Amino acid sequence: MNNINDTLIPKIGVITDVRIDTPDIKTFRVVTPDGKKAFDHRPGQCAMLSVPGVGEAMFSITSSPTNEEYMEFSIKKCGCVTDWLHQAEAGQQITIRGPYGKPFPVDDVFAGKDLLFIAGGVGLAPLRSVINYCRHYRDRYGKIDIVYGSRSKDDLLDYNEIIEEWSKDNGVNVYLTIDNPQDGWDGHVGFVPNYVKELGFNTNKVAVICGPPVMIKFTLDGLCDIGFDKTNVYTTLELRMKCGVGKCGRCNVGAKYVCKDGPVFRCDELEELPGEY
Amino acid sequence: MQKITGDILIEKASALLSSGTVSCVLGWKKGEFGYDVTPAVFSSVEELERDFVYNDFCGANFSKYLVSKTRKLEGKILVFLKPCDTYSFNQLLSEHRFDREKVYAIGIPCEGMVDISKVKATVGEGISSIDTDGDNLLVSTLYDEEPVAVDFKSVLAERCINCKSKKHVAYDELLGEEGDVIENSRFDEVARIEALTPDERFAFWQNELSRCIRCNACRDACPACTCEKCVFDNPASGVENKSPANSFEEKLFHIIRAYHVAGRCTDCGECSRVCPQNIPLHLLNRKFIKDMNEFYGEYQAGEEVGMRAPLVSYTTEDLEPGEALTRRDTDA
Amino acid sequence: MRKCSLDKINLLFAEIAKNAVLYLPVDENDGSAVYKKWEDGTAYSNALNTVRSPKDFFFPQTENLMGFKTLGKTIEVIDTRVEPDDFVIFGVRACDVRSFDILDRVFLSEPVDSFYASRRNHGIIISMACTRPSETCFCKTFGIDPAEPQGDISAWKTETEVFFKSNTAKGENLLTALDGILEDCDNNEVDAQKAKINAVMNRLPLKNLTTDGFGGGKTAEIFDSPKWEELSESCLGCGTCTFVCPTCQCYDIKDFNTGTGVIRFRCWDSCMYSDFTKMAHGNNRNTQKERFRQRFMHKLVYYPENNEEIFSCVGCGRCLSKCPISMNIVKVMKEIGGNKGE
Repeated sequence: MNNINDTLIPKIGVITDVRIDTPDIKTFRVVTPDGKKAFDHRPGQCAMLSVPGVGEAMFSITSSPTNEEYMEFSIKKCGCVTDWLHQAEAGQQITIRGPYGKPFPVDDVFAGKDLLFIAGGVGLAPLRSVINYCRHYRDRYGKIDIVYGSRSKDDLLDYNEIIEEWSKDNGVNVYLTIDNPQDGWDGHVGFVPNYVKELGFNTNKVAVICGPPVMIKFTLDGLCDIGFDKTNVYTTLELRMKCGVGKCGRCNVGAKYVCKDGPVFRCDELEELPGEY
Repeated sequence: MQKITGDILIEKASALLSSGTVSCVLGWKKGEFGYDVTPAVFSSVEELERDFVYNDFCGANFSKYLVSKTRKLEGKILVFLKPCDTYSFNQLLSEHRFDREKVYAIGIPCEGMVDISKVKATVGEGISSIDTDGDNLLVSTLYDEEPVAVDFKSVLAERCINCKSKKHVAYDELLGEEGDVIENSRFDEVARIEALTPDERFAFWQNELSRCIRCNACRDACPACTCEKCVFDNPASGVENKSPANSFEEKLFHIIRAYHVAGRCTDCGECSRVCPQNIPLHLLNRKFIKDMNEFYGEYQAGEEVGMRAPLVSYTTEDLEPGEALTRRDTDA
Repeated sequence: MRKCSLDKINLLFAEIAKNAVLYLPVDENDGSAVYKKWEDGTAYSNALNTVRSPKDFFFPQTENLMGFKTLGKTIEVIDTRVEPDDFVIFGVRACDVRSFDILDRVFLSEPVDSFYASRRNHGIIISMACTRPSETCFCKTFGIDPAEPQGDISAWKTETEVFFKSNTAKGENLLTALDGILEDCDNNEVDAQKAKINAVMNRLPLKNLTTDGFGGGKTAEIFDSPKWEELSESCLGCGTCTFVCPTCQCYDIKDFNTGTGVIRFRCWDSCMYSDFTKMAHGNNRNTQKERFRQRFMHKLVYYPENNEEIFSCVGCGRCLSKCPISMNIVKVMKEIGGNKGE
């Protein structure tokens, strides 16, 4: 019995670095105790992290699969597990299991296409993995546009990486926006869905949206307004999960389990499902 | 056997609906086999005539539904209340759990409700319909040529055998004749358990509570359990649990619940009626009622609106904490 | 086909119990039946079925998954698993045997749940044909034949004898081991009993209940039916239906602080509970109507959609007799599916 592996039994992970991104988001770097990556993953997949005695929760893996040294998780403080993690320091062990879920179709559907990434708030976390994957294999993809918005400048996740790396890449355009004007910000002000419509992208590309449910809804509507077809728009969902493998029964939307059949969904497929997400 | 018929209630409800006095009716909807009636909201005369039923299986206490229904439904709600239900009704009013103005309460007499599991224990599985001939239930089964006559009194629910009152303590209108508070022996079983040795008593409850499957039906049906957020559903409470982590927690849930409803429990017996495992949960509550009666004088929760329960009203006559223990030692 | 006379049944139980833990339905004082471990003197119940389903044997209400020891910043995962003993469940009804197939499709699909699989490997199921179905029975709606129960071994009980037929290698091995007590026989008496059961089946009040209107792909058609509101109107939100159901398998994983360490355990959960889908920042099923709908959509639409049109209900009737407000899957099927079952 002791040598049977079960997906519910996690590995030990060590937090080797904690980066403060925004007032309520920190990015945790995690490796195994022998300093390796806990497992391989694909862009858009998730992992179950837990703090024994506190609980277990699903998080999207923020780092790109092309990073062979460690994984990163950008985590917003909003519940028991995340509160605890936000108090953790480097060297703290946690548990980790995964990878879970279907990734973005980066090697087939996305290949050769222009890509448009749209994120709101902590919704950049799952997209960072796929953005960095596509940047790594830059020649496999066309033009990359990234629209990212948050409440304020301080709430923009990965701000340094966006400014120092993403926006300096060839063929990558970054459009940032914040909800309200603030001192020291001379960029765009306004909500993401409106900004996307203002920018008015060429519709011959694949779009990926991630953010709060209401932002996803309005952005999708906006994309449709400017001529996008839902078959070219992807998003990633989050519901309460316990097992990660489609057995515990709570993260379903209709007959689909977000943990197993998602979290990545194509918007036309999502539209077929009941609106229970 | 109920003296008042479903037809009389349908007539009454239809008149009140038609006159606009009420906008909907909280009543019982007929089921598949006669005994499986479901609480339902009726909003038209047609619905009443098609589905409304009142028979010997209408045990559900509607008082608690008023908490959610008065918030959700527009207009005045007609509710039919059996005598024991009216105590819960008053208790909920004392606790300001619903708006009295939104309710039109009709008191209906009750001859006691039948426990279907007792009927099944008598005639076996396979009941196709249940009729009455006065003092007997006439039970048709898949296996008997003729309906089997079952004495109504022999299959009454425990809470009805030990009925404490045929008197309605609240109503806007009363149908039939008013009854009285009645002599009963509902504390006999409590006294029997009190007389056990601590070890025997522990074994008794261990055996009963170990069957609990934590379905929460007792809590969810209990008219005294109307917290907006139950401590056992709150992850932040530290005691939230869906199943006992050990045999101690198993008991904890029921004991905490009994403490929480002490002084507010009217002894309506819904907890035991709904328990799928037939755990006699009402005995825990009755033990508290019996103790309070003995410590502080007779008190019936829900008898009047606004009464102060012994545990929330201090008098200089109150028993000193130590006296309860002395009393226990001398009694034992 | 093999048989033994009913007065030898205790010998048979004793023989089985020599090599495995034997569980069988036993009568309780209150008239209900419950699966209990057989010991010398334990009497086999004649009840139609147990209040709790035998799913507990493979998917117990609570089970420890692992332990943790924490020291400073370090964590040690402790394997708390113990290999279960071999066991035999005697007297499982046809409906409940089907429920194991339904659970298998969840727990044994990749990635295999090793906790469940291990119990499944160690268990042998001896089913028992029904002789006196209840008004609440509707197994036939799901293509289950109570006269021909499956399992490792099928059994039939008459007034005087018990008949056995093996269906699997595991079952055959067990019957062979019982050679000293069993004798070979023909099928005549079992066939006669099957005919009797089938005659009863045609008198059941729910005999014409069908799954019309349900099945994979029906979500769009019935999800927004106004009937859900009406059907769930008086639902208490308790977990009775889920916990007595032989096919409900949703679970929660929780940590328990023992004082010296942490035990992570899994326990039954219910989609009827208000916190089932509650997250730190919201709940996608906020009303009892949504939670109630989820339970029936799962059994009658989502599960069949993902599992070759097999419904996740076996018609055992437990929810019919145990729901505090007598709301149940039959009423849902009649109202939403539009078939009156008459």
